[in-house]
Amino acid sequence: MHILIIGNGISGVTAARQIRKLSDHEITIISGEADHFFSRTALMYVFMGHMRFEDTKPYEDDFWAKNRINLVNNYVDEVIPGQKQVRFQDGTTLEYDKLILAVGSKSNKFGWPGQDLDGVHGLYHKQDLEAMERHSEGLKKAVIVGGGLIGIEMAEMFHSRHIPVTFLVREDSFWNMVLPPEESQMVTREILENGIDLRLSTELKEIWGERSGKVKMALASDGDKIECGFVGLTAGVSPNIDFLRFSDIDIDRGILVNQKLQTNQPDIYAIGDCAQLRSPQKDRRPIEAIWYTGRMMGETVAYNICGHEINYDPGIWFNSAKFFDIEYQVYGDVPAMLPENYNTLYWEHPGGKKSIRLNYHKEDGHILGFNLMGVRFRHEVCEKWLAEKTPIETVLQDLKLANFDPEFYRQYEDDVLALYNNMTGSTLHSRQKRKLASVLNFLGRA
Amino acid sequence: MSAKSNRKNPIQILGIILFSAALITFTVALGMSGFKLDKEVLKAQVNNEYQYNFIEPYLDNLGSTEYPNSFKFMAAYAESLHSAQADILKDVETNLGLTTSDGEYWNTILKDDKIKSMKFAVAKASSIGPIREHRNTLAWLSFGLGILGAFLYILPKLRESSGIKNNHIYHSPLHSKGWLGITVGIYLVGFYVLLYFFPEHMVNWVLLVDPISTFLNGGAASQWFLYGFLYTICILVMGVRMIVKYRHNKYQIIRTGSVMFFQTSFAFLIPEIMALLNKPAVDLKNMWPLDYSFFFDYRLDKLTESGGLGLFLLFWGIALFTIGVPFITYFFGKRWYCSWVCGCGGLAETLGDPYRQLSDKRMKAWKIERWMIHSVLVFAVVMTIAVLYSYLPESGSLITKDRFIWTALALLIGATVWIFQQYKKKNGMPKTAFYVAAAVSVALFVIALLNGIVFSSSNVLYLDAYQLRSWYGFGIGAAFSGVVGVGFYPFMGNRVWCRFGCPLAAYLGLVQRFKSRFRITTNGGQCISCGNCSTYCEMGIDVRAYAQRGQDIVRSSCVGCGVCSAVCPRGVLRLENGPEVDERATEERAIHIDLEGVRLLD
Ligand SMILES: Cc1cc2nc3c(=O)[nH]c(=O)nc-3n(C[C@H](O)[C@H](O)[C@H](O)COP(=O)(O)OP(=O)(O)OC[C@H]3O[C@@H](n4cnc5c(N)ncnc54)[C@H](O)[C@@H]3O)c2cc1C
Ligand code: SF4
Ligand code: SF4
Repeated sequence: MHILIIGNGISGVTAARQIRKLSDHEITIISGEADHFFSRTALMYVFMGHMRFEDTKPYEDDFWAKNRINLVNNYVDEVIPGQKQVRFQDGTTLEYDKLILAVGSKSNKFGWPGQDLDGVHGLYHKQDLEAMERHSEGLKKAVIVGGGLIGIEMAEMFHSRHIPVTFLVREDSFWNMVLPPEESQMVTREILENGIDLRLSTELKEIWGERSGKVKMALASDGDKIECGFVGLTAGVSPNIDFLRFSDIDIDRGILVNQKLQTNQPDIYAIGDCAQLRSPQKDRRPIEAIWYTGRMMGETVAYNICGHEINYDPGIWFNSAKFFDIEYQVYGDVPAMLPENYNTLYWEHPGGKKSIRLNYHKEDGHILGFNLMGVRFRHEVCEKWLAEKTPIETVLQDLKLANFDPEFYRQYEDDVLALYNNMTGSTLHSRQKRKLASVLNFLGRA
Repeated sequence: MSAKSNRKNPIQILGIILFSAALITFTVALGMSGFKLDKEVLKAQVNNEYQYNFIEPYLDNLGSTEYPNSFKFMAAYAESLHSAQADILKDVETNLGLTTSDGEYWNTILKDDKIKSMKFAVAKASSIGPIREHRNTLAWLSFGLGILGAFLYILPKLRESSGIKNNHIYHSPLHSKGWLGITVGIYLVGFYVLLYFFPEHMVNWVLLVDPISTFLNGGAASQWFLYGFLYTICILVMGVRMIVKYRHNKYQIIRTGSVMFFQTSFAFLIPEIMALLNKPAVDLKNMWPLDYSFFFDYRLDKLTESGGLGLFLLFWGIALFTIGVPFITYFFGKRWYCSWVCGCGGLAETLGDPYRQLSDKRMKAWKIERWMIHSVLVFAVVMTIAVLYSYLPESGSLITKDRFIWTALALLIGATVWIFQQYKKKNGMPKTAFYVAAAVSVALFVIALLNGIVFSSSNVLYLDAYQLRSWYGFGIGAAFSGVVGVGFYPFMGNRVWCRFGCPLAAYLGLVQRFKSRFRITTNGGQCISCGNCSTYCEMGIDVRAYAQRGQDIVRSSCVGCGVCSAVCPRGVLRLENGPEVDERATEERAIHIDLEGVRLLD
């Protein structure tokens, strides 16, 4: 059986690796972006000089041959389900028995006038990084549009090159459609402290170019005209599915898939950023364009193809990011706007760069989510508490089990507990230490 | 200034200028003297009336000419002494009538070794000119100004926000094998070549630190004093840099403080003070087999002659590696030594920190590493046993040659079998380097035994213990640990020696791998495979390979520097001691699928 995978990102590559573990099928991965799998999440570190591009590749180049995974560097123009074929840009074709679409995302462009000028770029593909590199030489000013995770990364990238950045953000506080107000404020402060010209409640109107076609100026919704040599479009991403428009594969915003990650066409699956679940789990979005879900989908599809039928189950939500010097982790349900029946316990370090938030249910008091800024928590411990709907007071008393900061770091669990006692008049005491033995014991693995 | 570098404020620029000026002064000082023989010192060095009588006629030129540099001077010196050597030989053979089979013959001739060993003292005494007149000024201009410049560069970084600051490392010609890195590498290699092989050409540097030496231990400086002094300064100044860089990370602050402390006190000051008190000057934290000469005859003699203190030191040195290593490593991993205490590690973690990203992460490098480091361990063990064997008496003492060799053999076989079992328990049949390394060491011992017992030779392995130990001293002790170990920082990263050559690291690593509570825990599924951890692992461990599968990391080479954990942008890694390592280190755990009956193979 020949399994063809379009896309060598985390989802496609995970699928290939797992299929190889489970079977002897022939596997081919196609990508027009790069010869080998690299970590998209590390593109910023290449630009900033923390790493070389080759350091972003999680596997050595001979890994693929060793694992009998064929690689093709080419763009697919068309998928022809009826003939079980894909057709490449250059007209050649390749047959498959099973096809996995793992084609990822592309940067959003909302039809702004001038969005295709030279010097206007998103940050998603390797080619975007190369474009940023090209345009950075002698660049006097960059305008970044869209306050999400990629936008702030781009701001940090230009900042590292001492290029002044104007950052247009539609919301009135950074990323506040995801982060609760306090955390959003903290990140907003961090952006300002780094000398970024952050313009909140401001959108891009249009981009003007020179006669040569090069970008010259950005017009913001507040009427300000910002002279610039680069405009970064980072207002989100969307599935990269234009080439499938005329195939018979069902498409909405993404490629529609069922719980087994199958499309409407036989033997065609879709995973990762490009997949849209027809019926997502409760509290989850149909398209989740993040690394971890791509990896889990890759695993799931491998099992399904290799004869172990299994439903996609992303488990309990988690994510992480870094905003300049502030690390961020989230486990479970921490919405931006606190729902009616949620309580929240928010502790912030006086320095204003660390915080711990615990959400719990108003009536029955069980834990609902953790939000950490500048503090590291243990994934498995938080997950277990969340899965078992552990009462908030139990969590608080055992909170040290979750601490994952390096040794000798000051711990703040007692402060969080004291805050809770203060708020509620309880007299709870911490009853665990952050010892690995206790953690493993708690996880049932001692 | 290029956009691809960090902004420097005027104070930092001044710092760079002062530091460069100091480095230039220091370098130029090497040539700031002429050389004219100091006959008295030569005479004292020769310390043999008979030989000196033959030498003296050749000293006319040497004693009256001022040579412009040490190379010309040493050439003339060699010529004179070799002429005298020939005359002596002729006299010994014709007039005294001695032949090579007479013991007296060997005591009377002038040996090459002696000519060589006198070079340093003679050159040092014969250096004349500006270096002596302006010694203190030059010392201040080199060391004082250098330190000042370094601090002016380092300390202003305190004004930036704290956090991981690795911007432009791969844009910098110093940190990515560019022209500046190559220059620094050549300079360091040059320094070590002079230090180990041609100290007579660095006497001017040694003269600069004479006053400091006299102040500390009452005596004039040797090249080793200069080395210790510079080494300590590097660890202190660059230690401050490390602390400034990682000031948000308490593990790094404490760990760096620890290496600074151990270097300054244990490695530098305490031995000097012991020397001042006329006691054996030992570095109490250095241990066999890194301290490969611990069991050499002259050191054992010195210790056994020094009464109670000597015996204590002997006991201490043995306890360190027989009891200290297994126990402490069991509880904390090899980091307790390699990145908290050790001098080589201390230099790597401070002076070498800017080069950590240059270590080779490829599987191939790991393979070579395992072969090399375990071979060096075998070499060190065999060499030491041979040396001890020839040192010990045949009989009449508690520890005789026979008893020693049998015990050593039993211990080695026991240890080898134990490692095999542990390895088998964890990984199945062993197939890696120590399979061979262990087999080789056993084979060597069988030969040794046959040789020692059947042919009752005093040598182990047919090899002359002295030959063996001089090979080791030259190849491993000097060329590898010094010239390559530090000189190659800018080419192969800061732990070349620790990774490929240190026999103690190999030994600690075996304990860490098979019987230790230390591991790096991976935080569930949080890894985004970005590669920062692997890039900044100085030991060339592909940390990401484990982290992205949710596996805990247990690697014999990990020195527990904690930098992978520090640079991870997603909070994935934590150095921990806990219950003994279990399947968390071998299972693929990033999986969020729990299928009854499906077991993941790896
Ligand atoms: C700068 C940046 C930072 C990020 N940081 C994080 C983070 O911190 N945490 C997180 O969870 N997520 C992060 N993400 C998101 C994460 O990287 C994506 O969710 C993930 O890479 C998606 O993986 P994928 O396998 O679905 O698709 P992709 O990685 O996009 O792979 C798809 C591949 O298919 C190729 N392809 C597409 N169409 C064709 C075709 N027709 N023919 C041939 N090849 C084709 C593409 O060129 C691409 O190489 C980040 C993304 C970016 C851009
Ligand atoms: S694995 Fe981490 S702690 Fe160990 S040596 Fe490498 S960087 Fe240091
Ligand atoms: S462990 Fe951290 S630093 Fe290493 S690859 Fe994963 S996310 Fe990156």
